[in-house]
Amino acid sequence: MPIDVVISTQALVKHFKGQRKIVTAVDSVTLEVKRGETFGLIGPDGAGKSTTTRVILGLLRRDGGTSSVLGYDSMRDVYEIRERTGYIAQQFTLPADMTVLENMRFFADLHGIPHKLQKSSIAELLKFAGLTEFTSRPAGRLSGGMKKKLALACSLIHRPQVVLLDEPTLGVDPVSRREFWNLLGNLRAEQGLAIFVCTPYMDEAERCNKVGLIYKGRLIAQDTPAGIKKMVPGHLIEFKPAKFEAARKLVTGMPGILEVQTYGAMLHLYIDETERRQKQIEEALSAQDIAWSGMRGIEPRMEEAFISLVRRQEAADHGR
Amino acid sequence: MADKPLASEYAARPEGAYPVIAEDLTKRFGEFTAVDRVSFHILPGEVFGWLGPNGAGKTTTIRMLLGLIRPSAGTLGVLGFDPVTQTKIMQAHVGYMSQLFTLYNDLTARENIHFYGRVYGLNRKALAQRQDEIIQMAGLEGREDMLTANLSGGWKQRLALGCAIVHNPRVVFLDEPTAGVDAISRREFWGLIYAMANKGTTILVTTHYMDEAELCQRVGFINQGRLVAIGTPDELKQTHMRGQVLEIDTPEPDHAVRLLKEAQTKQSLPIDEVALYGAQIHVVVPSADEFLKPVRAMLESEAIVVSNIVWITPTLEDVFISTVQNQAGQATPGKEIKN
Repeated sequence: MPIDVVISTQALVKHFKGQRKIVTAVDSVTLEVKRGETFGLIGPDGAGKSTTTRVILGLLRRDGGTSSVLGYDSMRDVYEIRERTGYIAQQFTLPADMTVLENMRFFADLHGIPHKLQKSSIAELLKFAGLTEFTSRPAGRLSGGMKKKLALACSLIHRPQVVLLDEPTLGVDPVSRREFWNLLGNLRAEQGLAIFVCTPYMDEAERCNKVGLIYKGRLIAQDTPAGIKKMVPGHLIEFKPAKFEAARKLVTGMPGILEVQTYGAMLHLYIDETERRQKQIEEALSAQDIAWSGMRGIEPRMEEAFISLVRRQEAADHGR
Repeated sequence: MADKPLASEYAARPEGAYPVIAEDLTKRFGEFTAVDRVSFHILPGEVFGWLGPNGAGKTTTIRMLLGLIRPSAGTLGVLGFDPVTQTKIMQAHVGYMSQLFTLYNDLTARENIHFYGRVYGLNRKALAQRQDEIIQMAGLEGREDMLTANLSGGWKQRLALGCAIVHNPRVVFLDEPTAGVDAISRREFWGLIYAMANKGTTILVTTHYMDEAELCQRVGFINQGRLVAIGTPDELKQTHMRGQVLEIDTPEPDHAVRLLKEAQTKQSLPIDEVALYGAQIHVVVPSADEFLKPVRAMLESEAIVVSNIVWITPTLEDVFISTVQNQAGQATPGKEIKN
């Protein structure tokens, strides 16, 4: 019987004992990942991404709520989960003096895959990862991007139904990052694998079909990328003022301006109505003798939405 | 765009008017050429992005500009000084923040600024005033007497920038200053970069975040030691993208991707790249106008519902990857460089 829900948590809690107080690293997180989904857990460093992942995998004990993978309980059924999941930890390193092929064999042995079956599945995975030409190269002499691809190939050797990747592209350059994500796309499109990926890169969220935004241990939003962007009310416009600080002060608090974000030399404004407000802003800038250029409506990206949702959360926390 | 640089603006300037100049800059380490005949000029007060994959030669370029290593060939100028022969005097006017910036964790924020100020030879009176300026600029008010160890990543990074510019440099080199810092802190950091630039400081910054590259006024792409493109982000999107990007919305993206890849392999459509973006697909074709309809028709003939297919502006990341791959296609394959 196919199980549609691959990963599920309900009000998941994890505490750590700090020096003076107890820190709640994961605070009542409820999420669900279905078969064939690429789920991105997105948030800044220290938000609770890795801890959530480790609790789901049963590597850390939970302190409250439930968590399961493919219907197996994270605490009770650790071995069942391990047989069916692939995992790349954040600081994961491959034995540097072993070649690509030796690394693959090593992981195959760890998972108890018979030697007869190893040859064909290793060849297949090396082809998938584009590493066929590099089978005899020691892992330590691979580029950063190739190491990540090898790690992915190793995590797939036992044909898992789901892979959990903790910041797999950290420190990897844009070209290798794109290649890595294209591999993940192929896994999803060709094999229907569920992928759970933690990342601080907002643009990688766009490559997931479902995104959870985590901040200070709490899941502040969970939806498709398009859905999350729609959670922020208003329309986004940008412009480049000649006098940046003066312009920022001027527009902050003007009627109809819901939020002001800085973007390098530009200002990003969420406004309630495009035409009327844009005219008012232009008039106000002119009245103050502030020149500007490039005023136009733009599509909000995940980053703008994330900043807005975090600010909203902080304001709500402050009010409590 | 108002901030599009005019070719004449560059051409008309006398030599000494550029705070940073590299001409045919080359650095060889044994047989390996890390930087290969690179030339660029940076304008006063400009925010210039220096981008490239790992091992492309970004940091080597910066180290030569800082006078830390000698070029094998070519000429350099920083604020009219020669980094090779006038290292000391040049360094007094230059700031540098590396990815592995060092702050003393057992000193407070204020003490760190003081320490770096003394290293740069500021006298006590000037330093007292400068300390307050930097604390204010970095938004460290209220935290100035906290131990640096207890500051979060974003604060530390702003403090590191403050320490790097304590001597009021006119040129600042930032080598991956935002690595490992969250999106909100990155935004604040870029606010600081532009606050400096608006006061006339010239900035060269490297980054792995392509969305940050979009914030630069001009960018240079370096790959395998060579400068492969230089211009404003908008210019590069128009001139350096090999092909155009179609974005497809469909209820069955996984199936559609398989069909598009098949078409790519069989060469029944001239597709350069197919990539899944969540529920959407990006397809790179030579011309959006010409191939939008054939792509749509192919999918629909396979009973795929195409809810939407549009030509989108490429991101700087698209351009970057296209440029790098274009170069890779011309170079000898298999020359993978280790990080």
